[in-house]
Amino acid sequence: MAEQQNKNKYSIIVPTYNERLNIALIVYLVFKHIPDINFEIIIVDDGSPDGTQDIVKQLQQVYGEDRVLLRPRPRKLGLGTAYIHGLKHATGNFVIIMDADLSHHPKYLPQFIKKKIETGASIVTGTRYVTGGGVHGWTLMRKLTSRGANVLAHTLLWPGVSDLTGSFRLYKKTVLEHIISSCVSKGYVFQMEMIVRASRKGYHIEEVPITFVDRVYGRGGKT
Amino acid sequence: MKHIVKIMTLLVAITAVWISLLQTAMIPPSYTWLLPLYLIISLGCYGLLMVGVGLMQFPTCPQEALLLQQDVIEAKEFLKHKGVDVGSD
Repeated sequence: MAEQQNKNKYSIIVPTYNERLNIALIVYLVFKHIPDINFEIIIVDDGSPDGTQDIVKQLQQVYGEDRVLLRPRPRKLGLGTAYIHGLKHATGNFVIIMDADLSHHPKYLPQFIKKKIETGASIVTGTRYVTGGGVHGWTLMRKLTSRGANVLAHTLLWPGVSDLTGSFRLYKKTVLEHIISSCVSKGYVFQMEMIVRASRKGYHIEEVPITFVDRVYGRGGKT
Repeated sequence: MKHIVKIMTLLVAITAVWISLLQTAMIPPSYTWLLPLYLIISLGCYGLLMVGVGLMQFPTCPQEALLLQQDVIEAKEFLKHKGVDVGSD
């Protein structure tokens, strides 16, 4: 088991926009929770005006430029293309995608990795909707639309995963590259499309319960 | 098998059962004609029920917000110590 872990490298792709405080917190927490794993954090910043990239450069001084990679883009170009851009620079054989606003807590990273090693899955996705998972800071309306969309999507698509719109996932790098190339939608539908396509193509998908605390700091990319 | 094929097969199977019920007249025909309507209404009610149940059982985690705040304090202290600017935005 330990030998297997030494051969694996995890590229964590974090798309950012105006996350100058959150990105520092995320990087600290990642290093805190997976100190013995071979990983790199790839920050794809879309030209944030709040100085996010300066903070990343400071983090590089603390943690090393080989562990914290800054791969910026000139302006907001969309989430899907941010992943593709990050993938180009990823040197790991596994890729983890997560949000930069602390709604995805790095403390679940060891569980994702453990699940993958135990089951040999190609994709491990975080789910907020099972026991052990959960959300905080959601209004009743948000819960209603989430649950309604979930029931509708499950009735029509039979996806085989409980959380379709979640974006805290671990992919085998080759699998992610393959799926992304066949996706056509944008926004949060893109996340749904990725996991449904993966399910259709027959990839082994496992789930890990995660908790999702709604954004506390900043506004991020929401216009 | 592609997903759309699965759905179509299911619909064809249900339609076949419905037509055979009409033919054999085991159930009074007036009732049989309305069966698809009853099915759709039942499905709709089931869907609404699932949404309602899911809403009531929606897992929440208020304690996680507290843990997160603690993590944030710990992180800010460490990073300030190392010279990273963690003033709030």
